[in-house]
Amino acid sequence: MSQSKPTTPAEVRQRAAIEDKRKRRKSRAVPGRLRPKLLLGLYLLFVLLPIYWLMNMSFQSNTEILGGLTLWPDNFTLEHYAKIFTTETWYMGYVNSITYVVMNMVISILVALPAAYAFSRYHFIGDKHLFFWLLTNLMAPPAVFLLPYFQLYYTVGLFDTHIAVALAHCLFNIPLAIWILEGFMSSVPKEIDETAFIDGYSFPRFFVRIFIPMIRSGIGVTLFFLFMFSWVELLLASTLTSTNAQPIASVMTSTSTASGIDWGTLAAAGVLTILPGILVVYFVRNHIAKGFALGRT
Amino acid sequence: MNKVYDNKAWLLILPMLALVAFSAIIPLMTVVNYSVQDVFDANTRFFTGTEWFVQMLNDPTLQSALLRQFAFSLTVLCIQVPLGIGIALLMPKKGWQASAVLILVTLPLLIPWNVVGSIWQIFTRGDIGLMGWGLRELGYEYNITRSTVDAWGTIIIMDVWHWTPLIALLCYSGLRSIPEAYYQAARIDRASRWAVFRYIQLPKLTNVLVIGVLLRFMHSFMIYAEPFVLTGGGPGSSTTFLSQSLTTMAIGQQDLGPSAAFSLIYFLIILLVSWVFYTAIMNMQKDKEGGA
Amino acid sequence: MEWMVWTLPTTLFFSFIGAMLAGMTVWEVVQPTVERKGFLPISTTRGDRLFIGLLSAAYLHLLVVGFTPLSIWWALAGSALWLLVLIRWG
Repeated sequence: MSQSKPTTPAEVRQRAAIEDKRKRRKSRAVPGRLRPKLLLGLYLLFVLLPIYWLMNMSFQSNTEILGGLTLWPDNFTLEHYAKIFTTETWYMGYVNSITYVVMNMVISILVALPAAYAFSRYHFIGDKHLFFWLLTNLMAPPAVFLLPYFQLYYTVGLFDTHIAVALAHCLFNIPLAIWILEGFMSSVPKEIDETAFIDGYSFPRFFVRIFIPMIRSGIGVTLFFLFMFSWVELLLASTLTSTNAQPIASVMTSTSTASGIDWGTLAAAGVLTILPGILVVYFVRNHIAKGFALGRT
Repeated sequence: MNKVYDNKAWLLILPMLALVAFSAIIPLMTVVNYSVQDVFDANTRFFTGTEWFVQMLNDPTLQSALLRQFAFSLTVLCIQVPLGIGIALLMPKKGWQASAVLILVTLPLLIPWNVVGSIWQIFTRGDIGLMGWGLRELGYEYNITRSTVDAWGTIIIMDVWHWTPLIALLCYSGLRSIPEAYYQAARIDRASRWAVFRYIQLPKLTNVLVIGVLLRFMHSFMIYAEPFVLTGGGPGSSTTFLSQSLTTMAIGQQDLGPSAAFSLIYFLIILLVSWVFYTAIMNMQKDKEGGA
Repeated sequence: MEWMVWTLPTTLFFSFIGAMLAGMTVWEVVQPTVERKGFLPISTTRGDRLFIGLLSAAYLHLLVVGFTPLSIWWALAGSALWLLVLIRWG
């Protein structure tokens, strides 16, 4: 590249070449190659340290937590986990959260699949604007919709049910699903559709039998994203529920009592909310990279 | 891909449209209705016209919340985007390490937002938290309930911890799509590390980066649960962001009219920003297709 | 519908928006739009111009209502004029 600039004095070029060679030799040497690993390691440490601390707390009794700072649990205890698994409000919190998340995933993916197909294969009146409108819903702050949601679901009698939260989360999850799926579908050549129709497949049969299997990994990644955003959302979920469908996130706010915060239980509950995420991400680990490119690699 | 013009495609859209409209349009209409009235209950309400809008636009606490919000969003973007790119460049590309690092990096994204707040609350407390305790041992009077600087710093670090993975993963997937041949060519040309980044990797990243910046801007603009749990908006109101002001007004004080007017102003800001980004993305894609 | 607390002005507003969308759809069917470049820095279709017009109208209303003593009707008149200019020459 430096050759293309004739104004560079030959001396400088020569020195650059030497420098270059030296650098490359250095990069082959062990310390030079370790540096990126070291930096990455530091970042991972930064990511893991707060989580480790949470786990550390969850295995200590409250007296030990408040008694002094310990880097690992001296008296390893599972009492907080036992408390969560034996108290109905606590474990029902998890059941409720998982229920509405799964409902939302099913609803979102079912309506998003045909819509994404339409966006990836056809032009129609208002398609661009419709797509933009969907994206704005992805961006809309839940706080804006809080009040009317409460009124709306109260009026139609869905307040404090799982389906209410599932439907509310559709607001941002359906647009997200369409966005991701559209990318994956656009990378499937159109000839496949045409051949299938010539072979006499009807549209529904083609869609279910041929098309969906072709974008399996895309659907998997989409489900991962749907899970993620429904699982982490708190504001709508806790506003639309009171007791029957209360999500774990809002059960956790009840750990602060008059006698102070029950740190151990809070930490244990926090650890338990991380586990489903790890499980889900493990299943799609080989496809995430593609999913984050929204199918457009 | 050249798409066929066919308005029957609307039939495929309809189920989705019905659901999203139910969740988006009806509530939005209701917000508009609230914003022009003083609502006590379903039967007692007065038409107030533009009064709430005048009040909200001139409310100094909201104006400062808005400024704080912009300051916060820009700060986290300035930190997260370069950091995310850096991490994506460092992440291993093959083998079990790639999977392991990927899962670890994704981890913060999968934690419910209020738990993120709790994690950092525990982590930064002076008596029981590693970071709070550590900073005090080092001689720094760290106190997020008293010092504005500490509260801001902690929230920014928390947000970096929470959301940098998103940028990193977006960039990582962008980098993976670069064919190995490009790197080989660069090696033959003896291109420097910087040249490889500037002329091979960065162009590939612009697309995902625009999406990343858009998502990050929007999410930071609606940040609620994490600072609410960590600092409760304090000390004073120094970390009270827009969503929290709005939620306090709507749920806490039950001021339907003013909070609806505020919601609409908030929504219009979001709408403008997302439109600018969307147009930018679309034009970029068009240029690419035109150039290819 | 009672809980949505409709008022006459907002009903009119939404009917107008609905009518405008319907009108644009009919216009599109009768005579499809061509993307072109007017005085705006980007090339736009008719629908894009309508959206830009409505969004800027919303901001204009906020400015007039919030920071000037002018009546909202001036903002409305200004927006209508701006919308027409935008659709025709934008």
